[in-house]
Amino acid sequence: MSTSFVCLVEAQFIVMIISLGRTVAALGVVGLFLFSGPTRTIAADGPVAAPPTSSIEQALTQVTSEDESVREAAIRLLIEQGDASLVPRLEEIRATADRSIRQAIKPLMDLLKNRAKLTSPSADVRRSAATDLGSSGNPSVIPWLDAAMANEPNKWVRYTMEESVALIKLAADDPSIKAAAADKLGELGSQNAVPLMNQLVAAGTGAEATESQKMVAKAAVAAIDRIETWAVWSNVIETFFRGVSLSSVLLIMSLGLAIVFGLMGVINMAHGELMMVGAYATFVTQQCFTAWFSADVFDWYFPAALPVSFLVAAVFGWVLEATVIRFLYGRPLETMLATWGVSLVLMQAARVYFGDLTAVVAPGPLRGGAQVMVGVYLPYNRIFIIALSIICVLGIYFTLFRSNLGLRVRAVTQNRNMSACLGIPTRKVDSYTFAFGSGLAGIAGWALTMVGNVDPGLGQNYIVDAFMVVVTGGVGKLAGTIVASLGIGGLNKLIEPYSGAVYGKVFILVLVILFLQWRPAGLFAMKGRDVD
Amino acid sequence: MSDGTTNRNRGIGLGFWVVGAILLVAMPLLNVLPPEDSWLHLSDFSLNRFGKFLAYGILALGLDLIWGYTGILSLGQGVFFGLGAYCMGMHMMLTIGKESVYGSDLPDFMVWNQFKELPLFWYPFYSFTVAIIGAVLVPVLFALVFGFFAFRSRIKGVYFAIITQALALAAWLVFNRNDTKLGGTNGLTDFKQLLGYRLSEPGTQRGLYILTVLCLGGAYLLCRWIIRSRAGRVLIAVRDSEKRVVFSGYTPANYKLFVFVVAAALAGLAGMLYAPQVGIITPAQIGVLPSLEMVIWVAVGGRGSLAGAVLGALSVNYGRSVLTNYFPGLWPFILGGLFVLVVLLFPDGLVGMIRKGKSILISRKTGEGKTAVSEGKR
Amino acid sequence: METKKPNEASPVEADSVAPSDAGPSRRELLVQGSKVAAGIGVAALLGNLGNWALSYAAGKEPIKFGVLHSLSGTMAISEVSLRDTVLMAVEEINAKGGVMGRPIETVVVDPASNWDLFAEKAKQLLLQDKVAVVFGCWTSVSRKSVLPVFEKNNGLLFYPVQYEGEECSRNVFYTGAAPNQQAVPAVDYLMSKEGGGYTKYYLLGTDYVYPRTTNKILRAMLLAKKVPVDRIMEEYTPFHHQDYQTICGKIKKFAAGGGACVISTINGDSNVPFYKEFANQGLRAEDAPIMAFSVAEDELRGMDTSALVGHLAAWNYYQSVDTPQNKQFVANFKAYCKKNNLPDGDKRVTDDPIEAAYFGVYIVKQAIEKAGSIEVDKVRKAVYGSKFLAPGGEIMMDAANHHTYRPVLIGEILADGQFKVVSRSKGLVKPEPWSEFTNPDKGCDWIGHQGTYQK
Repeated sequence: MSTSFVCLVEAQFIVMIISLGRTVAALGVVGLFLFSGPTRTIAADGPVAAPPTSSIEQALTQVTSEDESVREAAIRLLIEQGDASLVPRLEEIRATADRSIRQAIKPLMDLLKNRAKLTSPSADVRRSAATDLGSSGNPSVIPWLDAAMANEPNKWVRYTMEESVALIKLAADDPSIKAAAADKLGELGSQNAVPLMNQLVAAGTGAEATESQKMVAKAAVAAIDRIETWAVWSNVIETFFRGVSLSSVLLIMSLGLAIVFGLMGVINMAHGELMMVGAYATFVTQQCFTAWFSADVFDWYFPAALPVSFLVAAVFGWVLEATVIRFLYGRPLETMLATWGVSLVLMQAARVYFGDLTAVVAPGPLRGGAQVMVGVYLPYNRIFIIALSIICVLGIYFTLFRSNLGLRVRAVTQNRNMSACLGIPTRKVDSYTFAFGSGLAGIAGWALTMVGNVDPGLGQNYIVDAFMVVVTGGVGKLAGTIVASLGIGGLNKLIEPYSGAVYGKVFILVLVILFLQWRPAGLFAMKGRDVD
Repeated sequence: MSDGTTNRNRGIGLGFWVVGAILLVAMPLLNVLPPEDSWLHLSDFSLNRFGKFLAYGILALGLDLIWGYTGILSLGQGVFFGLGAYCMGMHMMLTIGKESVYGSDLPDFMVWNQFKELPLFWYPFYSFTVAIIGAVLVPVLFALVFGFFAFRSRIKGVYFAIITQALALAAWLVFNRNDTKLGGTNGLTDFKQLLGYRLSEPGTQRGLYILTVLCLGGAYLLCRWIIRSRAGRVLIAVRDSEKRVVFSGYTPANYKLFVFVVAAALAGLAGMLYAPQVGIITPAQIGVLPSLEMVIWVAVGGRGSLAGAVLGALSVNYGRSVLTNYFPGLWPFILGGLFVLVVLLFPDGLVGMIRKGKSILISRKTGEGKTAVSEGKR
Repeated sequence: METKKPNEASPVEADSVAPSDAGPSRRELLVQGSKVAAGIGVAALLGNLGNWALSYAAGKEPIKFGVLHSLSGTMAISEVSLRDTVLMAVEEINAKGGVMGRPIETVVVDPASNWDLFAEKAKQLLLQDKVAVVFGCWTSVSRKSVLPVFEKNNGLLFYPVQYEGEECSRNVFYTGAAPNQQAVPAVDYLMSKEGGGYTKYYLLGTDYVYPRTTNKILRAMLLAKKVPVDRIMEEYTPFHHQDYQTICGKIKKFAAGGGACVISTINGDSNVPFYKEFANQGLRAEDAPIMAFSVAEDELRGMDTSALVGHLAAWNYYQSVDTPQNKQFVANFKAYCKKNNLPDGDKRVTDDPIEAAYFGVYIVKQAIEKAGSIEVDKVRKAVYGSKFLAPGGEIMMDAANHHTYRPVLIGEILADGQFKVVSRSKGLVKPEPWSEFTNPDKGCDWIGHQGTYQK
């Protein structure tokens, strides 16, 4: 037991050499020889029952000593026996010390702070502390991690702690510990270990490799193999998620457009700007919450902004329909141009009124992400958007196919004159449909504040993509829009790692153009005996 | 009514010659003769800018041909324009030689992009002839391929507009990449000379201006000839009702392809004249937004009329030039408002307004009621 | 009202279907419209004439400064503040009696983020408005577009933004940082122990000249410092790119095992989605800090800074720099914005390009007064070597290479959108437009040589 402990202590120095720099390292080695005796004895006795405060005090004064080796010993002692309560005092010392002492004290402070954070109530903080302790490479932290692991409720924090322990052990001197650590890391599937293990492999396959190095190398190779295999799988899962996420973004943007285009034959090039209106409505709601309510309820601005975005965008849409679109039914090309003009006006108006820099702060629950598997980390905001798109699709389905309003809308689309004869107020239905489609655009803007900017150019970034989706899917069919968005989003993310973002997009555009040559009316075309 | 039925058999109108004389003769003279301080003097800057507008006018003619007369809305004319401008630009870049910032034989952007040698596709552009022919031919070939497949599958109306928009976006994305070896976002700039003439000399710019005027005149005559030929009648018929054209035994796809290619050629020609006069060509002229603006020129000027197209290009661009001096933040509102107003209220654009004004004056003069130029049910 | 099925072209003659329920009669509308159009046309013509008349009549009394910044379009986000700064500086100077007793008149034009328009407006400012000097441009694209215009017409441009170097124009004064005053010291800091001792570098930028050239220089520097090639990654995204999922995944993999940092030359609105995605994928500033060269206080105003705390930037000035003249400057700027009802009023912030634009105006004033004339050649000579007490401290114009001596400050982003200075150069750093790593044999000197020369 004591031999391996000695090895650990020596390993500690090797690691400290690597991490603390050459000058400190050289003198540290000297210090080892001078002071190894008493230190080892203390360490070999195991944790001291009641660490005499005087030795900590002594160490604190020795920390500022001119002599490197004395400093080193003091720091080691403080690491083993100190806790976070020492940090303020170290801070004081640091404030007045010179550069080399500051640099020596900093890692000590970090270690002690992280040790305290291991018991923090927040899982993120614990995890963060475990990661940092792992990268410190200091074997003294292993018992701390082991102790924390025993009581850790959160699976992923435990994982990080195990990983950190294994990483430190990987740098140990004893080959059997190294090999065991490599096995463990392979089992954990840890990407963080790969660089270190590559070094071990390189050392073990050289001409002068010893038996033990070869054994360690063998373990490392097996571990790397496991890790990389898992990495391929996790990559596939993540790519799939990214594809679905992009598809959901496209779908949300395109739903409003699909309704307006599909059901009314109106190409609304101001659709992107209606999304922008929704995004700005969210921003304004946030500002109102900041101004009128206390900080505790700040996160509620986001749900509150949903109806606001919908209504504001719907109102804008309603006005647009009444003033411009109404006169242009049956002339889709003219509608395109006129709505483009409106979009320019809206963009510049936003720029003039709001300026260009508006920050929307994500509400707490939507920040960060969830670790689902090793190497698969799914951001909450994207999960949210996926869920939202599903809800929207269901909502539209029920509205269109199961409600009275939906029935009227469909009737007017299929045969306007007959519907008018049957007493349906076609003008009103037109206005409401357009307003509804615009409201959907507002919701898309609301959701997009979580992913991107809120600026006047927000609509421009997305409008052409939305059109591609709608046109590819087939006008008038929602199923087509859904399939098209899945196809385009999925394909885009599939190609992107190989081709880069731009060429991926170009490829998709070219594909869409070719696809439309083949099926001019889109995926799910309206069947009919139209001579056209 | 467009210059179809009533003026069919008249020769080239007086208007053409008058305008031609002003553009070709009077304006360069105003640049050269009056002393610089006099208010009659047309500055080099103004003449040069006008030349740019006239180049735009050539493009507008082509767009009017396909949109105003054939009913095909193309939102991707910027691509053809850009191709022509880049062809000419590449040639001019190669003639800079050692005068560039880096002093190397390679164009500047290749030096800071760390390309070690000239890409293969640049080599032909050392020759001026290749550049000129390429500026028209490359857009033509492109349009031929794109149009052939598009019209054959009977994509029309809104769908066609959207795929041309996709084309514009794709082209813009590709041209913006530095890997495409065409200068990326910076484009091609710092042109020094053309055929030995220094571009900074006012004389060269005057020459280019005159050349542009001549090309515009030629383009106008070409378009007029097409409109008045039998093919022109078919085009107008295609715009009005394609189904009936099919039933009458014609293949609309061929006619559409023909005008689409002509429009692309004109756009390429416009680009070729644009590059040396403006001194820079970037992908900003290729994308979705500029292509839409080109459509608004034709709409504002009057889409069923050739003169209207040129007038629209001139007035909108001149308006932008002037208004961004006095009301910088206001220009997008004005441009957007123009779109809406023209589409809603003035579908015939400026030319239409002028005609209406004339007919109102005539009807007031002759004391008659509503004249044959009916305005009732439209 | 009769409507047609979608996609069917209207089967009437050339002119399209009229709106059937329009209010006032069509003829009236048309007549009104024609009058308005004619009016606009006449107004424009008169405006031109009037412009000429005014400049003639005023006897050329005021000195004209041109302002060439985008006020609409995608770059307006950054450039509007520079226009405001120049106008504020001019206002201050005019309040103290102007330059050589003559007031300064600003000619503000809007090139609308369109590079071709930049060239046209530059020509206009120099040839038509005949301004003495122009303050303008932000992106290197816009500067390279106007460079030929300034050189052909012997104008003077003061360019206040950090850039990639490799330029040495007689007609431009570069008051922003050259690579050796921003990028190179930033990487030096990251490599140093104090900065964290990073060993892996992910160079991520927007695809245009500034990131490409800067990364070329940084790569040469890293290789010269013996960083293995597989520890350097380089990637470019287009302007307005929004989806950084794949790239953040790549960064995560690259950063596994520690020791990695991201050097970001991402420009414009792509910064927001990048930082958001970075944080949302679980990457922390401790795992892989992002050192940005195009993110300053002004950009931070538009971002959710909770995701940014702990990340770094390298500039020559921060609003938080603690000097008395800076406190005054910041207060003045906020008051100016409030007084003129600019968006965000007194919540506006100052940053490096704003400071550079500000002292640029004063350098010109000093130079004109020293030269006693507004002739470009005389003013240029007077600028060489001149000094000024800028808000961030004293700066000095180089004696020969048209660049500016400035200090280098590495800053860490704080939650309120301000920066905490974590490292500072000792004094002012001499600007070197030709980097020692990529062009060690080139120099820039307009006194002893004709600009760029072989050493």
